[in-house]
Amino acid sequence: MTTVIVVVVALVAVMGVYVSWRAGRLDRLHARLETARAALDAALVRRSSVAMEFASSGLLDPATSLLLAGAAHDARSASEARELPESDLTRALRAAVGQPGFLATLTGREDAAELLTELEGAAHQVFLARKFYNDAVAATRSARRRWLVRLFHLAGGAALPEFFEIDDSLVAPGQGGHGADMPRLTS
Amino acid sequence: MKIGLVCPYSWDVPGGVQEHIRGLAEALLELGHQVSVISPADDDTPLPDYVVPAGRAVPVPYNGAVARMAFGFLSASRVRRWVRDGGFDVLHVHEPTAPSLSLLACWVADGPIVATFHTANPRSRILHAAQPILQPALEKISGRIAVSEAARTTLVEHLGGDAVLIPNGIAVRRFEKADPLPGWPGPGGALGFVGRIDEPRKGLQVMMRAFEILGAQRPGVRLLIAGPGDAEEALEGLPAGLLPRIVLLGQVSEEDKIRVYHSVDVFCAPNTGGESFGYVLAEAMAASAPIVASDLEAFRRVLRAGAAGELFEPGSAAGLAAAAGRLLDQPALRVSLSAAAAAAVRAYDWPVVARDVLAVYAAVVPGAGHVAVAR
Repeated sequence: MTTVIVVVVALVAVMGVYVSWRAGRLDRLHARLETARAALDAALVRRSSVAMEFASSGLLDPATSLLLAGAAHDARSASEARELPESDLTRALRAAVGQPGFLATLTGREDAAELLTELEGAAHQVFLARKFYNDAVAATRSARRRWLVRLFHLAGGAALPEFFEIDDSLVAPGQGGHGADMPRLTS
Repeated sequence: MKIGLVCPYSWDVPGGVQEHIRGLAEALLELGHQVSVISPADDDTPLPDYVVPAGRAVPVPYNGAVARMAFGFLSASRVRRWVRDGGFDVLHVHEPTAPSLSLLACWVADGPIVATFHTANPRSRILHAAQPILQPALEKISGRIAVSEAARTTLVEHLGGDAVLIPNGIAVRRFEKADPLPGWPGPGGALGFVGRIDEPRKGLQVMMRAFEILGAQRPGVRLLIAGPGDAEEALEGLPAGLLPRIVLLGQVSEEDKIRVYHSVDVFCAPNTGGESFGYVLAEAMAASAPIVASDLEAFRRVLRAGAAGELFEPGSAAGLAAAAGRLLDQPALRVSLSAAAAAAVRAYDWPVVARDVLAVYAAVVPGAGHVAVAR
C-alpha cells in the first residue's frame, strides 16, 4: 500500500515539475513576444518619422512631399489595424524613391545622403523586427496548441497573438539589392 | 555593445564556421564593440585574446562529417560561468542545432539571443528526430540568421519559423595580394584545388577525372592541390604519366593557402553538395582568381549566376574539363572573370556584413534586458 502511495506521490511531483517547466517556457515565449512587439512598434515609429523628415526636408518636389507626409501621418495615427496604413507608407516611400532619376537628383545635395541612409536603415529595421516578431508569434501559437498547455490553462488570459503582415520592401520585388535579403537602395 | 559569441567547433581546427566567427568578431571589434568568443579549445592552444577556451573538443560524427565539439557537464559549467561573468547585451550562438557549446549556451542563458544557422542539409533526419529536444532551446532565440538560402530552407523545413539571410563575410583585404609559390603557375597552365582531399563532397574525385581529360589534351598543364587528407588514396587509379604534374601540398598555413590562390590560372571548386556558402570559393574570389565551380545553388548565388565565374554541372568531370580548358585557352576571359570575381566578393567583405548583423542585434536587444544565467 505504502509503495503505491509513494509511487503516486512521486508521479504527481514529477508531473508538477514538468508542468511548471512547461509553464516557464510559455512564460518566456510570451516575454519574447512582448519584446519583439515593442521592437516592431519602435521600428515602425522610427520609419514614419524618417519619412516625415524626408517630406519636410525640401529635398523633394511638393507633390512627393505631400504624398509622404500624408502616408507617414496616417501610419503614425493608426491605433488598431495598423497593417494597412503601414503598407501604404511603404508604397508611398517606394513610389518616392522609385521615380526615375531619384537617386541621381539627390546626389551631391547636402543632408540627402544622410537622410537616405537613415531611411534605408529604418526600413531595414522594420523588415527585421517584423520577421522576428512573426517568428515569435509562430512559436507562441504552436506552443499554445499543445494539449498540456490547453488542459492546464497555462497561457492564462493572454490573447492569442496575431501575425503582422505588411508590405515592407523599399525596392519592387526582383530588383537590385544584395547583402541581407532586404533589397537595398544603395550599393 | 557587449557581445558574446559562441563557437561550436574547435578553434584550432580550420573550418568555415570558425572562420566566420573570427571574421565577425574582428569586424565587430574594429567597429568599437566589446566581443568575447567562447570556443572548444585545448588549454595550451594559443588563442587571440578575445577567445575564452571551453575545454578539449572531442571528434564526433555530425552532419555527414567529423566535427570537433565540446559538450557535457564540464563544458556546460564553463559556458554558465562565461555567461554570468560576461554581462553581455546580446548572446550570438552559431549552429545551435549541433550537439555543442551553442546548444548548451541556449540552455543556460536567458535574455536576447541571436542564432546563426550555417548548415544546408535538405535530408537531415537528425534534425527532424531531434526537434522535441531542440525546441526548448530554440524557443529562446529571438533573432535567427541563415547564411544562405539553402541553410534557411533547411531551417524552415525541419524546425519551422523563419530567418533573415545574411551571407558569410570574408576578410577580403587579407586575400588581395600575395606572391605565387615559386615556379607557379608556369608556362603550361595551372589548375588549383583547395579543400579536404578525403571529403567526397569537396569533389576531389571530379577534379582528378577532369585533370585526366585535360592532361591528355595538354602536355604542360599542372594541378596544385592544398588540403589535409590521405594523398595516396587521392592519387589512386591515375595514369602514372600524369603523377609528376600533380602537386599535393597537404595541409598548408593560412599564408600559403592565399599564395595558392595566386599561383594558379584557373581555380576549381568541384564540390558535389553540402555547401551552404563556399568559403574557399569566396577566398579565391578575393584573391582575384579566375574560377570554375559546380553549379550548386550556393555557388551560383555567390558567382552572380556565372558572371563572376564559370559554372558546370555538379559531379561532371567532362563539364569541369571543358570549362577549365576554355579558361586556359582564353587569357582575356580569365582577366574579365578575375575582375568580376573581385568586384562580386565586395558584397561579402566583413565590415559590410557585420553592419547587417548589428542591425539584427538592434532589433532584439532593446527592452530585452541583459543576457543572464537562466533561473
